[in-house]
Amino acid sequence: MKLELGKIFIKDIQFSDQTCVKDHVLYVNKEEVEKLVLEDDKLLECHLDIARPGDSTRITPVKDVIEPRVKVSGGEIFPGMIGKVTPQVGEGRTHALDGCCVVTVGRIVGFQEGVIDMSGPAADYCPFSKTVNLCVVIEPKEGLETHVYEKAGRMAGLKVATYLGEAGRNVEPDTLETFETKPIFEQAAMYPDLPKVGYVHMLQSQGLLHDTYYYGVDAKQFIPTFMYPTEIMDGAIVSGNCVAPCDKVTTYHHFHNPVIEDLYKHHGKDVNFMGVILTNENVFLADKERHSDMVAKLAEWMGLDGVLITEEGYGNPDTDLMMNCRKVEQKGVKVVLITDEFPGKDGKSQSLADTCEEATALASCGQGNATLQFPAMDKVIGTMEYIENQIGGWAGCVNPDGSFEAELQIIIASTIANGFNKLAARGY
Amino acid sequence: MVKGIEKYGLPVVHMATVVPISLTIGANRIIPGVGIPYPLGDPTQGEVDSKKIRKRMVRRALKALQTPVDGQTVFEKDDF
Amino acid sequence: MATYKIVHYINQFFAGIGGEEKADIVPEVREGAVGPGTALEKALGEEYEIAATVICGDNYFGENLDTATDTIVEMVKQYEPDVFVAGPAFNAGRYGVACGTICKAVEERLGVPVLTAEYEENPGVDMFRKDVIIVKTGDSAATIRKAVPVMAALVKKMATGEEILGPDIEGYHERGIRVNYFAEERASERAIQMLTKKMKGEEFHTDLPMPKFDRVDPAEPIKDIKHAKLAVVTSGGVVPTDNPDHIESSNATKYGVYSIAGMDTMSPNDFTTIHGGYDRQFVMENPNLVVPLDVLREMEKDGEFGELVNYFCTTTGTGTATGSAAKFGDEIGKRLVEDHVDGVILVST
Repeated sequence: MKLELGKIFIKDIQFSDQTCVKDHVLYVNKEEVEKLVLEDDKLLECHLDIARPGDSTRITPVKDVIEPRVKVSGGEIFPGMIGKVTPQVGEGRTHALDGCCVVTVGRIVGFQEGVIDMSGPAADYCPFSKTVNLCVVIEPKEGLETHVYEKAGRMAGLKVATYLGEAGRNVEPDTLETFETKPIFEQAAMYPDLPKVGYVHMLQSQGLLHDTYYYGVDAKQFIPTFMYPTEIMDGAIVSGNCVAPCDKVTTYHHFHNPVIEDLYKHHGKDVNFMGVILTNENVFLADKERHSDMVAKLAEWMGLDGVLITEEGYGNPDTDLMMNCRKVEQKGVKVVLITDEFPGKDGKSQSLADTCEEATALASCGQGNATLQFPAMDKVIGTMEYIENQIGGWAGCVNPDGSFEAELQIIIASTIANGFNKLAARGY
Repeated sequence: MVKGIEKYGLPVVHMATVVPISLTIGANRIIPGVGIPYPLGDPTQGEVDSKKIRKRMVRRALKALQTPVDGQTVFEKDDF
Repeated sequence: MATYKIVHYINQFFAGIGGEEKADIVPEVREGAVGPGTALEKALGEEYEIAATVICGDNYFGENLDTATDTIVEMVKQYEPDVFVAGPAFNAGRYGVACGTICKAVEERLGVPVLTAEYEENPGVDMFRKDVIIVKTGDSAATIRKAVPVMAALVKKMATGEEILGPDIEGYHERGIRVNYFAEERASERAIQMLTKKMKGEEFHTDLPMPKFDRVDPAEPIKDIKHAKLAVVTSGGVVPTDNPDHIESSNATKYGVYSIAGMDTMSPNDFTTIHGGYDRQFVMENPNLVVPLDVLREMEKDGEFGELVNYFCTTTGTGTATGSAAKFGDEIGKRLVEDHVDGVILVST
């Protein structure tokens, strides 16, 4: 399966009477976007705002972050969610508006929505402090049930991103990269001397409101399966879960999965990247046992020499991580884990809820309990009302001037456990 | 928490869904929970049956508390 | 006149008073440097002076832990030191534990930065590595020449408030404290490099060596269930609906104790869950799924056990530091013993 990914660099977003991309600026027709969002009768109000890197702006509570993309060679983006599930997923040509994002914001659904600061100390920890963000602030109808509200918010973001992506359809991209993974025997034969490496991709599926979606299928309902990496670049996986903000693998991060990106960089040089084994993190022990067995079986069947495993979230998913590690290692496949740590504010407690002897190699994505001072910002997109209840905050952590202290956990994707960031933790 | 309490010589039965974590942290008497969102009972089977399941599990917990153990023990069944 | 003052702690042996036969001497203070302090003072240079040396017998310290600690902290306090140094204790076990104990107390009570030095197998290292910076030394006093410059460098950093770097760079025993930093490469790339080494059988360095959790011996079972008093404890985040103690939904720093006196069931009108790690819908509708009060009351009435204590203890388990959980367990355990509880049902989600 072969995908051409064209990146159109976006340096700014501006409101205009026509939605289009011109000279690296994304012009957005505000009314059209608001109308699109309000097609959903669950939502009462919608307004748009733009946040740029360096602004004294805080965005919270953030639900999801999405990069606008469009399929230019047939097929549709976000198959099973927005687009149809067509054979073009992961093939042909896709354009991305690189450097800009759609950020959905609004009254809190759970505790699990986070903060993006566009400047100040927290900006060092958040990938979306460096992108130009179109914030879609939604207001649900009174008394809306939380699951219904979550879905409305999720769909609003996907719809806006799809709409904006269309603006890149006929624009010549600044870069054009090709990613290809062949069917298993051909791929194995392509680099017979290189070690065969796979990626075990664990999706959060704890049933916190909703879950991650695979071609529109709720992630807790599938059994482990094989994916071509390029399918994920076309939006076959969409975030819909509520997890601690720092750990949230946003829809943006599925497009830009760092393990997939970096394995393609090594592909043909020192590894033969064979593809993705997709699995989940369910709340029943029998599921955990069955699915880790199946992951190990797939790794063996693909003839892999090595595997990278990432998780989403912490706590009981650490058990899935360790079960996958142990069982894959027992098949004679070498494993390296990528995850983040939660050793308490003082860093003195255990980093993980579960461990196993086979976990001899682990790349750390930082510790999420460390605290940080968040200065007051000139502008807040959304509301600061929930900071004390959001994960990472505590009662009394907010000062009257709008500054506050909180754990890194409260920042969207700050310690994301798929290895996207340079943040790491070490023993002192 | 289990260990903090048990070190006072009080027997603790840990009713937990994720048995591997319970084993890792060092609980000695363990009863597997039904699921993370509902450890004691199963509301998907209706309130009446859910409560029956809960009662059976709590009975098993009482029995576990009366059972001597040498090391970490998972009580999977009612008969032991 | 030196800018920075140090107070140094050593045992009777290094003070030249005597060996085992003098190990019971009581704490005393001498002005200036004594024994190994002379070498340390020299290494520190003119800006630093050892204002006083506290000397105590190892056995006296071990047998009078609290009094000795109180006395020594008072002695140290009078000199208002910028840094407090103990040892090096090398592989001397009692001395090592004394150095750790007194360092910890001085830092906690006086807020003065502290430093000691010990050999890795000294029991003082495992007991205090999380609380005190312990410089690595060899197993005998013969290695003092190597230890002194390392100690001096750290004393200077502590006195001037300069950042203390990682254990490998500074030469101390890793404290097991996880500290963030920004790496050169992102974690996905570092993991791939680790994997290629691991597949080739080459040496690689994990970011997180797997920890070992400690164990506690199983308690004796309940002998007479018909008269036993039981308690329910949970990490499922079940609290009164207004969460009066503001227990956090993740990484909880506190637990709550709430009355169930006179209740036959956990009513969803009175209780909810604030746990941030699972779908709360079911438990919010029926908190008995976590605190099984409904069936426990029936069984209590039917005489299946003696009685239920009239409260339950609760916190949030998700992302809660093992250090906090251990503290909660300790406090809850103490309380339950005081209330004559015989057995505990601990429910986790």
